[in-house]
Amino acid sequence: MAFFKLLRQSPLSARIGLAMILINVFAAIFTPYIAPFTETEVVGDVWLPMSKDHLLGTDHIGRDMFTRMLYGARNTIAIAFVTTMISFVVGIVCGFFAATIGGWTDQILSRIVDIMMAIPILIFALMVLSVVGTSITAMILVIALLDSTRVYRLSRAVAMDIEVMEYVEAARLRGEKIWWLMRHEILPNAMPPLVAEFGLRFCFVFLFIAALSFLGLGIQPPTADWGGMVRENSGAITFGIFIPLWPAGAIAFLTVGVNLIVDWFLHIASGLKD
Amino acid sequence: MSTIFVLVAKRLGLGLVTMIVISVLIFVGVEALPGDLATAILGQEATPETVAAFRRELKLDLPPHVRYFAWLGDFLRGDLGTSLSNKRPVAEMIVWRFSNTIFLAAAAAVIAVPVSIILGILAALYRNSLFDRTVSMATLSTISFPEFFIAYILIALLSVQLVIFPSISNINDQMSFWQKIHAIVLPCLTLTMIVVAHMMRQTRAAIINILASPFIEMARLKGIKRMRVIILHAFPNALSPVINVVTINLAFLVVGVVIVEVVFVYPGLGQLFVDSVAARDIPVVQASGLIFAAVYLGLNLLADVLSIITNPRLRNPK
Repeated sequence: MAFFKLLRQSPLSARIGLAMILINVFAAIFTPYIAPFTETEVVGDVWLPMSKDHLLGTDHIGRDMFTRMLYGARNTIAIAFVTTMISFVVGIVCGFFAATIGGWTDQILSRIVDIMMAIPILIFALMVLSVVGTSITAMILVIALLDSTRVYRLSRAVAMDIEVMEYVEAARLRGEKIWWLMRHEILPNAMPPLVAEFGLRFCFVFLFIAALSFLGLGIQPPTADWGGMVRENSGAITFGIFIPLWPAGAIAFLTVGVNLIVDWFLHIASGLKD
Repeated sequence: MSTIFVLVAKRLGLGLVTMIVISVLIFVGVEALPGDLATAILGQEATPETVAAFRRELKLDLPPHVRYFAWLGDFLRGDLGTSLSNKRPVAEMIVWRFSNTIFLAAAAAVIAVPVSIILGILAALYRNSLFDRTVSMATLSTISFPEFFIAYILIALLSVQLVIFPSISNINDQMSFWQKIHAIVLPCLTLTMIVVAHMMRQTRAAIINILASPFIEMARLKGIKRMRVIILHAFPNALSPVINVVTINLAFLVVGVVIVEVVFVYPGLGQLFVDSVAARDIPVVQASGLIFAAVYLGLNLLADVLSIITNPRLRNPK
């Protein structure tokens, strides 16, 4: 109920953002029911224009573009979501551990993270993928691990501030274990900044996976994903067929939506009132 | 003066240590391969003899630390090894492409830096005005867009609809300077748009931060003209954060170049890097990765050193 109350007071930009996200989530969940064809079915000629049968035309080997867009939403969003979740679990656990234990654990973890953050994520990821080869599992793990360094930084900083509070001290004196402290004292109080960060990191991971797939090093065909679909159809643009703009625009659409919500959330979390 | 010198020397030392650790990481990455490089590249069908020969060729039969120092020594002498896919020396492949990448990045920087600083200052001065809101919305959406979306929109508009600029930026040494510039207009514009968005937002934040400080309020209360407050009071103090913003974004530009090069089939280091990752041409990947990491690290180092020099507060740390 509190959510609906909050929503009623939300600014227009946040409502637009929410609508943009819901459209994507709806498309991703109900893909098999909405999609007129199956994911890899060849249904006509190459690069057909938009028509009643093929709402967005057909792609470079004659698959229905609308169907591919829906499956693309499903695959791309699901993979980005799983990756961000892994990144957060790893980052938060390590960050909280470093903050509550301190000492050598903190020093070692923080120095490792410093080094990893000194290399741009794209360069690091490309080097790792060249060694382990390109597969979806490898990509998810590599991105999640690299991205968790950013989550680690934030959750460590937030936990540091909470860790010195009296109630944590009291729980310590009660004899609670570190794991209990992290779950019951630190995590609930660290939630607001972490939720906002989740939105931002999701955008980053989502764009990053799209970029890797666009470079041909992420999700491999024939699986539909938006980044890869831009790559496959990129040749069309020189013929004046703007089909690669659909998946590219869809990526931009979802990212803008999430950013609008994050902006609103940061605004509430910072306690600012208009 | 001597404290600054010590601070800068410390920072440079730290940078050097980071670079060495990164080079070890890049080297060890190959070691971590399940099996080893030879079996991974030659595949399942390779006979034990070909694997052994290949291992000898890559010197995989020596112990790791010996190989690391040999590799690093060769690297510093400019011998980057031989490409696995076409047997050419890596250094030869990289030099020309790296100069192309620098050319593209420099062209984008020449436009992006002044534009974003001016836009950032204006947006900070007239904040919450229509101008500020429009620019903020535009930059926010540019940040949310994938690089290739901006690139393909530019191609659709300027290369397909109005046939002004080529959609493929092929350059070679026979071309004159202006021909090259004409060829790289679209990738350059794409990069500029991405970097301007980040740089402008950070400049705006830095300037607003300074305009909110008490000494500016004091200057205003004294009745000094607005322009004079900005030029004499705000600008000298804004210099340090702005220099920092610019340098860090230049580092960002060097990485952003990878995807833009692929879109426009530009013969730069980024394109070579991506192709080599797909072909698993490890020596080329190691060399280009190390170069990208070094440039990125170097620019970040420069940002830190410049901010130490231009910021008096950092000269006397607690």
